[in-house]
Parts: sequence; C-alpha cells; structure tokens
Amino acid sequence: MNILQYIINGISIGSIYAIIALGYTMVYGIAKMLNFAHGDIIMVGAYVSFCVTNYLGLPPLVSVAASMVVCTVLGIIIEGLAYKPLRGTPSLAVLITAIGVSYFLQNAAQLIWSSNPKSFTSIVSNIKPLHLFGSLTITGEVIVTVAVSVVIMLGLTWFTGRTRIGKSMRAVSEDRDAAQLMGINVNRTISITFAIGSALAAVAGVLMCSSIPVLMPTTGSMPGIRAFTAAVFGGIGSIPGAMLGGILLGIIETFAKAYLSTQFSDAIVFGVLIIILLVKPAGLLGKQVQEKV
Amino acid sequence: MSNLYPKNTVQVPTFNTFRESDAGKPLVLDVRNLGIDFGGLTAVDSFSVSLGPTEICGLIGPNGAGKTTIFNLLTGVYQPTRGSVLINGIDTKGMSTHKVTKLGIARTFQNIRLFTDMSVLDNVKVGMHNQIKCSFVSSLFHLPGYFAAEKRANARAMELLDFMGLAELADQKAGSLPYGVQRRLEIVRALATNPSIILLDEPAAGMNPSETTELMHQIRRIRDTFNIAIFLIEHDMNLVMNVCETIAVLNYGRLIAKGTPEEIRQNPTVIEAYLGKEDAE
Amino acid sequence: MAMKKTLINRDKGRDLLTYAVVIAAFIVMQTLSTQGRLSSAVKGYLVPVCCYIVLAVSLNLLVGVCGELSLGHAGFMGIGAFSGVVLATLLKDTVDNVTLRLILAMVFGGTLAGLIGLLIGIPVLRLRGDYLAIVTLAFGEIMKNIIGNMYVGTDETGFRFAIATAKPKLVGKGKWILSGAMGVTGIKKLSTFAVGFGLILFTLFVVLNLINSKEGRAIKAVRDNRIAAESVGINVTTFRMKAFVVSAFLAGMAGALYGLNYSSLDSAKFNFNTSINILVFVVLGGMGNILGSVISATVLYILPEAMRGLADYRMIIYAVVLILVMLFTWSPKVKEYTSVAADKVKRIFRKEKEAAK
Repeated sequence: MNILQYIINGISIGSIYAIIALGYTMVYGIAKMLNFAHGDIIMVGAYVSFCVTNYLGLPPLVSVAASMVVCTVLGIIIEGLAYKPLRGTPSLAVLITAIGVSYFLQNAAQLIWSSNPKSFTSIVSNIKPLHLFGSLTITGEVIVTVAVSVVIMLGLTWFTGRTRIGKSMRAVSEDRDAAQLMGINVNRTISITFAIGSALAAVAGVLMCSSIPVLMPTTGSMPGIRAFTAAVFGGIGSIPGAMLGGILLGIIETFAKAYLSTQFSDAIVFGVLIIILLVKPAGLLGKQVQEKV
Repeated sequence: MSNLYPKNTVQVPTFNTFRESDAGKPLVLDVRNLGIDFGGLTAVDSFSVSLGPTEICGLIGPNGAGKTTIFNLLTGVYQPTRGSVLINGIDTKGMSTHKVTKLGIARTFQNIRLFTDMSVLDNVKVGMHNQIKCSFVSSLFHLPGYFAAEKRANARAMELLDFMGLAELADQKAGSLPYGVQRRLEIVRALATNPSIILLDEPAAGMNPSETTELMHQIRRIRDTFNIAIFLIEHDMNLVMNVCETIAVLNYGRLIAKGTPEEIRQNPTVIEAYLGKEDAE
Repeated sequence: MAMKKTLINRDKGRDLLTYAVVIAAFIVMQTLSTQGRLSSAVKGYLVPVCCYIVLAVSLNLLVGVCGELSLGHAGFMGIGAFSGVVLATLLKDTVDNVTLRLILAMVFGGTLAGLIGLLIGIPVLRLRGDYLAIVTLAFGEIMKNIIGNMYVGTDETGFRFAIATAKPKLVGKGKWILSGAMGVTGIKKLSTFAVGFGLILFTLFVVLNLINSKEGRAIKAVRDNRIAAESVGINVTTFRMKAFVVSAFLAGMAGALYGLNYSSLDSAKFNFNTSINILVFVVLGGMGNILGSVISATVLYILPEAMRGLADYRMIIYAVVLILVMLFTWSPKVKEYTSVAADKVKRIFRKEKEAAK
C-alpha cells in the first residue's frame, strides 16, 4: 500500500467524520449545545436504511431518502421533547440530557434490532472501483462519500450565506437576543438546524456503513466522539472548520494506523489533536471572541 | 468621519501638581506615550500622565474618547502597541492582569463586576486574596494557620466595609444590593487589595445627587485615610471639578489638556471638544 | 460578631450534615453487613459505591466548583487502579498487613494520578470551556490506550516496565503483573468497606476544606466573574491547576480502591462512558453540592444494578429516568407546569377541607 492509497482512505473516512462534524458544529453554533446523541442518530439512520433495503427490498436511493426523513423527524422530536425545555439553562444540563437521549437511542436500537452485528449492504452497487497507477484502488464507496461530503459542504455554505433561513441561522448563532429583536423566530430556526443536522447524520450513517459494513447499536458512538473532536479541532461553530477538521482527523488516523501502530492509533490521533489545540487554542479555523471589559 | 484627529495638537504643558507632602517621593503611576491600535483603529495615542503617591486625578472626555481603554491598558487587560506604563517604578510590559494588580494598582469597572453570587463579606475577602498569608496545604487540611489567617481576614474585611458604611450588609448576597451600594462595594473590594493607586471607572454613574455628594467626601476620605493615589473617570463634572486636584482631558484617544480644574474649565480646546456643554447631572 | 457566626455556621451546618449522613450510612451498612443481613449482591455494591462517591465528589470539585468541564476523569481512575494494583502485587511479600498494603496502594495510585494531572494541567489549563473538555476527553482516551499496551512486571533483572505493541520477553523466571491488553489477573482482593468509608471521609475533608478556604473563594470568584477576579490579583490558571491536581489525586485513590476490589482488571473499563457516568452523577446531584454528589453517586450506581431483574428494559428505563430528572430539575417550563399543577392540587384539598367543615 502506498502513501496515495492511505491518503485516499484517510480522505474517505475523514469525509464521513466531516459530515458528522458538520451536524455537530451547526447545532453547537446555533443552539449552543453539544448534542451527544448525534452519533446515535447516525446509527438510527443506518438501521433504517438497512431495514428498507433488506426487509422492504427497495432500491438504495429510496432507503437513503427514508433514512433522512426518519432521522429528520426523530431529530425534531428529540429537540422538542428533551432540549427545547432546557433552553437558557447551563449548557452542562443539556449535555447530560443529550447523554440520556444517547443511552435511550442505543438501548432502543438494541431492543428492536438486537446487538448482533448486521451486515450492511452498501448503497453503492453500480460504481466499479477505480484502479489507478497499478496499486491504487478507489472504491465506489470512497468516490460517493467524498463527492457527497463536498456537495454537502458547498450546499451548507450556500444555504447559510444566501437563503433567508440560512442567514437567520447565522444571526441566531451570533446573537440570539438581537436576532429575536429583528423578528427572527429563534425556536423555529433552532428546530430547522436540528432537522438539517439529523438529515446529515442519516447520510453519514448510510455512507459510513457502506464503507464499513458492520452495523450495531454502538456503531455511532465512537465515530460520534471522533467527529466531535474533529469539530472542535477545526474550530467549533465553523462550517469549513468542521470539514477541515474531519478530513484531517481521518488522514491522521489512517496514517497513524498505517505507519506508526494500529494499537496506538487512538493515543496518536488524540495526541496530535492536543498538540494542535495547544498551538491554536480556538481550533484551526476558530475565532477567539474578545470579551468587553 | 474624515479626519479623526484635531488638526492642531495642543502642546500640553506638564507641570507639577504634587502636594507638598509628596515632594521628592517617586511617582506611583508613570505613563509614557501610551498607544494602542485595534486593527486599523488607533484607540489611544501618545498618552502620557504621571501621578504622585497621593494625587487625585480625573480623566474626562467625550464618550468613546478611550478612557476605559486607558484603564484597561494600565491594568494589563490590553497590551499597549506603543509606550509604557510604570507602576511604582516597575514597567508592566508583557504582564498579565493579575501580575499588574500585585504591583499595587486596583480598579473598579464601568459595568459593575461584582461576584454577584457571593456575600458582601466574601467579595471583600476575595479582594484580600493576596494579602491573606496561608499556604495551600494549610487550606486543604484546615491547619491552625488557616484559622488564624481567616480570623485576621474577617477583621480587616469588616474594617474596610465599615469605612464605607457597608458593615451591616456583610452577610447579604452582593447581587441583591441596590446599584449605588454595589458601586461602593466594588470600591471596598479594590481597596482590599492594598493598592498604591486605585482606578475608579465612573464611580458616580447612576447615582442621585445626594449619593454623589456622599461619594465626593468618600473619595477624599479614601485618599486621606489610605494615603493612596486615585485616578478616576467621570462624566459628572460637579464631582470632577470638586474632588480632583488634576484633570486630564482625552479626545479621540489623545490628551488634549491637563491641569487644575480651574485651568481645564477655561481651556478653549476642552470646551470645543465638549461642544460648549458641561455635563452637570 | 454575631454576623460572622451566622455566615460560618450556615456553611458549617451544611458540611456537618454531609459528614453525618455518610457516617450514619456507614454505621448502618456495616452493622447489617457484619450481622450477615445483607445479600451478597448488596455487599458487592459497598466498595464500588465508595469509589464512585469519591469520584463524583472529586469531579464535582472540578466541574461544579471550578466550572471546568472534564471528560477524562476515568483516565485518572484508571491510572490509580493499575498503579495501585501493581504496587499491591509487588508488596505482597514485604508488607503483611492487608489494610496497610491497601492504603499504600491507594496513596501510590493517588500520587501517580496527581502527578500526571499536574503534567497534563500545565499546558492544558490555558484552554477554555469546550476546548478544555475535548482535551480532557483526549487525555482519557490516550491514557486508556497507553495502559492497554503497557507491561509491568518483575524478572531476574529486576523491575520491568515497557510500553509495546507485543508482549516483551522476560529474562529468566519472572511474571508480568500488568500484561498489555490482558490487563491484570489474579489480583488479591484487598478492598474493604471500612477503608472505602475512610477514603470518603478523607475526600470530604479535603474537598469541603478547600471550598471553604481562601482558595475556594478564589475559585468561586473566578467562576462568578473571571475578569474581576483577575483584577484583584487572582491567577486563574494556578487555581484551576490546584483543583485539577487535587481532583486527579482523589480519583487515583478511588481507582486503586476499585482495582483492588476485583480479581482481574483491564483498561477497557476506564473509558469515556465511565467518565460520562461520573459526570452524570455530579450534574444530577447538583453542581457544587457535595452532599448531592454523595447521594446521586450512590443512587445512580445502585439503580441500574438493582434493575437487572428488568433485563433488557433496564437501560432504557434508566435513560428515560435520567432525561425526566433533568427536565424536572432544570427546565423552567416544566417547573412552571409542576408548580401550577401543585397549586391546583392544593386548592382542591383546601376546598375539600372547607366543604368538610
């Protein structure tokens, strides 16, 4: 395996982290909360897709659409029931509630689908792997994943920059009270943010399980944590930061596993993260907000 | 806003307004050519002032002139782009806020920054933090040294509260106090750090005339009792003219006049800066 | 002065209540235990509950009192556990007194955890808020990873220590005490409820003293208004550091107690999930509320265990209960509904009373 293959693998897993991180960062930037249940919505998205494909026999794109719809609805329900009542309370309170939601989702999944690993059928079935330069293999999954993540990032950037809803999202993230005074419905904006974040999570879940076809109730947990670190690493609240953070984290992880040691990959990845945060305390693209004295 | 700076910068005379008792003593505050840029905006430029050890000096100027910025520069909240600040002869270059405070400078804030969830007494005791001699281990295990130090701290804190007439409120939560009382508490907390100079940022803001008169007396009493210098920012001209021995006038980040209250009152540049209006509340 | 007395008394009163509750609970449980009236399941909870109480109280110092979010507390627990177990095994032949060995192991575990806390704290405590949280999470994961690949043992060359990807070869006759991913096996159980109780008392003593001291005031001040605290000369970083190290030390001691309560130990236990669990104990018990942490750690540890009978449904019930408790304790709207509902009920009772007259 040469270095280019590793870079490609790194970008592939990094894109998935990026998509998840985008969801985290948007919700954090706008609702000012760390949604620890995000990783588990990913898992739900993957399971829904699995059920639609395997039990209903419908084509892959339908299963992706179904995933997105279910996760969006789920995200809105969770937000309305568990997070909205806690708006304005210290962020730690919402964090713990999010943890409760996370436990709930994981265990509900366990009850419904049992903890036996399911074999996920990739949604990319008709794109043949590219073989370049002899030893380089780019699978269909990788192409689709990277392409989708780029589309999502561009889409989000356009959305927040050009559309009314997107701009109101940016306004709420900068100054919630001022946004309200300008007539922006903050509650609806936050709900929409959660909806978008959850839809992205569904996509991430489907793509992730297409590349790594094992699906269990705990599948979303570790990538969730990794993506969270990627979002902070890139500068929490920054959309390009989440993208950059995700991809870099994926590359660092792949390289660590390949060149240094698979067993120490955790330590290495997190070690690099710490070093970068020490050098750039607000994350790579984050902004340090100066407090008025 | 085409030209931010007045075309003719007035040559500001420097002269001694030391009290006789201060003659020969070193300056407590020596600011030389202080300047700071925020990106493209020069907020303060060529600001120089010096205070004797028991001088009461007022810093006035229109809103946005840079007065609080100067206080922030003096206390290490901002690092200056140019110039230097010497407190009791020591250059504060590169020092963070808490280190600068230890040199002997204390301040109050324009928007009151009390520890609202803590009691009045605790607010003062926090101010005394660096004066309380008690080791970490002593605190951890509540050794006898801890109790002795706390007892002394309580006594001293009550003394300071009594000085400003707040002794009865010692047990109350700082956040529940009326505005004027909160301002006085902030002053007590600043005094608790045992400073050589205290910076008061708009101490009379929000006060009614009788409270302001009370404050004027208190400022003089503070200087006379603690023998410290006082540098204050105020918009209430009545207070400034009656309490301060020297007044420095700031406009667009630059010093446009410095002198006794009488001189400042008659200074044409100052009058122009204020558009002829005197803010008498 | 009369005023001073009420201030100090109020704080002291709350603290004394905390000690009283713990002492009373110990006396009750210890008596029941020696009389053989406790089921083996309940007996098995005693030591872990002590550990988690100490972990919750020490994390509360950091999170509740200092306002720092730490997501790697289990890492310090793990350091304490493994170093304590290793020391206890090494001292097996030299120190006969079981209790002494346990205490030495705990002190050693705590000291090592505290030292590592110090080393980590120096570069890291400059960061704020969520960034600090991430870094503590990262450190927790790093520590788990490293311990999972660590080998500690003795052979004919003496003491052996290695961090490696594969089990190194021993020279001559010897044994790996800590063997990488296999962890430690064949541990002699030393932990007792009595020592656990002692650790809780020590922890309460240290933490409550700190809260009521000059350092405690400084920490509260920094939390209340950081800029004002700096302006009176308080070095924010020093305090976060001191709290961090004390918290790590206590967690290490709890870890050692935990490790010596089981016959085998591996690093998977000291993961992010455990850190989160401890954080849940702290938040539910009330930030800065030490007695609250004691109670919540006890209840929330026992609850999932006690619900084992409900098999598959217990974790879901736990999750739902957690969410509901958070909503009822924190949500202003929910609190409003409950108070309105409570008022309605009171009115109904009042009407009935008047009708009865």
